[in-house]
Amino acid sequence: MAPPSKRRPGFSRKAQYQIFTGYLLAFFTVLAGLALVVIAAADPRGFAVLRSGANEVTAPVGHGFASLRVGVHNIGKSVSAYFFAASQNAELQEEAKKNRIALIEARALKQENKRLKRLLGLVEQDGKTVVAARLIGSTSASTRRIAILGAGSRQGVRAGQPVRASNGLIGRVLDTSLNTSRVLLITDPDNVVPVRRARDGLVAFAEGRSDGLIDIRLINIGVNPFKPGDVMLTSGSGGLYAPNIPVAIIERKTTDGAVARILADPAATDFVVVQSIYQPEIATRIEAEDAENANLDNESEAEAAKRAKAETPQ
Amino acid sequence: MIRLTNWWDQWRTARKTPRSRLDRAPSKFRLNAFPWGSVMLASMATLLPVIASAPVMPPIGFMLLLAWHMLRPGTWPVWAGLPLGLFDDLFSGQPFGSAMALYSLALLLLEVADKRFMWRDFWQDWILASLFIGGFLLGGLAIANWAADNAHAIVLLPQFILSVSLYPVIVRVVSWLDRKRLYR
Repeated sequence: MAPPSKRRPGFSRKAQYQIFTGYLLAFFTVLAGLALVVIAAADPRGFAVLRSGANEVTAPVGHGFASLRVGVHNIGKSVSAYFFAASQNAELQEEAKKNRIALIEARALKQENKRLKRLLGLVEQDGKTVVAARLIGSTSASTRRIAILGAGSRQGVRAGQPVRASNGLIGRVLDTSLNTSRVLLITDPDNVVPVRRARDGLVAFAEGRSDGLIDIRLINIGVNPFKPGDVMLTSGSGGLYAPNIPVAIIERKTTDGAVARILADPAATDFVVVQSIYQPEIATRIEAEDAENANLDNESEAEAAKRAKAETPQ
Repeated sequence: MIRLTNWWDQWRTARKTPRSRLDRAPSKFRLNAFPWGSVMLASMATLLPVIASAPVMPPIGFMLLLAWHMLRPGTWPVWAGLPLGLFDDLFSGQPFGSAMALYSLALLLLEVADKRFMWRDFWQDWILASLFIGGFLLGGLAIANWAADNAHAIVLLPQFILSVSLYPVIVRVVSWLDRKRLYR
């Protein structure tokens, strides 16, 4: 239908002024919106109060939906699992047998690792679990990749803390309100994670592309050593993320690095874990560590620790 | 404020007098609540249980805004982008102010488009809406990239195709809402 002419309402001054003010306000809103964007770019946490308020109010909806989401996501898997149950069972048992051996070897390696670290005078500070919570929403319409977590400052969550699922890194906390917090996912273009290749420790940076994949950028530009299937872990350098959290698996090479798929799909995870910020420290608490280990480790280890202690400058 | 007292008076007189069977009209409140409420509700669609690692969800709030305008030109005052955009910004995750600017700009441009086309049909509306949706997504990307660049425009393609193909459905929903709105 033909639109009614809104610009010329007649001879009423009042109506004319109202329309004029409307246009003025609309133009002003465009400018004000852009100004707000500039302010938000300078201070990303500036409007956190408004946003977290909205998140607080709508959190119950997200909590209600959270279990449903994982359920729906798993329907396909359950159906296919049903059809391939028998053959899969045999395969898995075979695999479990192999894994058991690998596990024993890994345990030995872990112990050795611990001893070597003590020799170097390093105390590993693993990311301690702050809280386990559900992801209750995300910015699914925007190119920014931010998820809402169902735990906030009341549960001990602080801005900057890394968030991980059982099978890999999810992101880090952007800001918190009382019972919710916003998590910057690793697929966001703003999120840069220092990573290393699991096989040989080749260092690189992971940067989000906001389409479910991440860019892996080399620090040493030269021959591109990546191969599809390489697994990238957090390197722990620069703090924040504890080392050895799985991040992504390489999908294809590019000219200056690689494109990788994330390992922990935020949509498929039920619970995620918020960890404390990782800060590598030169050991000053090595004595405490010694006392702890003295009664359970063997003689040579205790000696090594003593040597480490003697070498550490106080 | 004057508007509000008018509604109040209307409601009070309506309470006092028994409802007449002739010359009925839906209340001003109902007439306004449907478009405004539906767009605000659609802005909250990001609360749906989709935790996406890519932008896939169509901007349903903006699409409802377009559909209401296409179906009933004159539904929105030109300043409607201020409250609606502000509300959308609370949930969208875009840099704050992005929807405010884009909604207002879209409403201003829609006015211009209305001047151009006197008569319209469904296909023309759809094409126009597709252009506006594309512009909205690209504008949102430009604003988001201003804060933190890296995302490529190609990322938006699935979202754009989904949004454009969903538009007729949104129009159906809006026309259904419009029937409810004008029911006497």
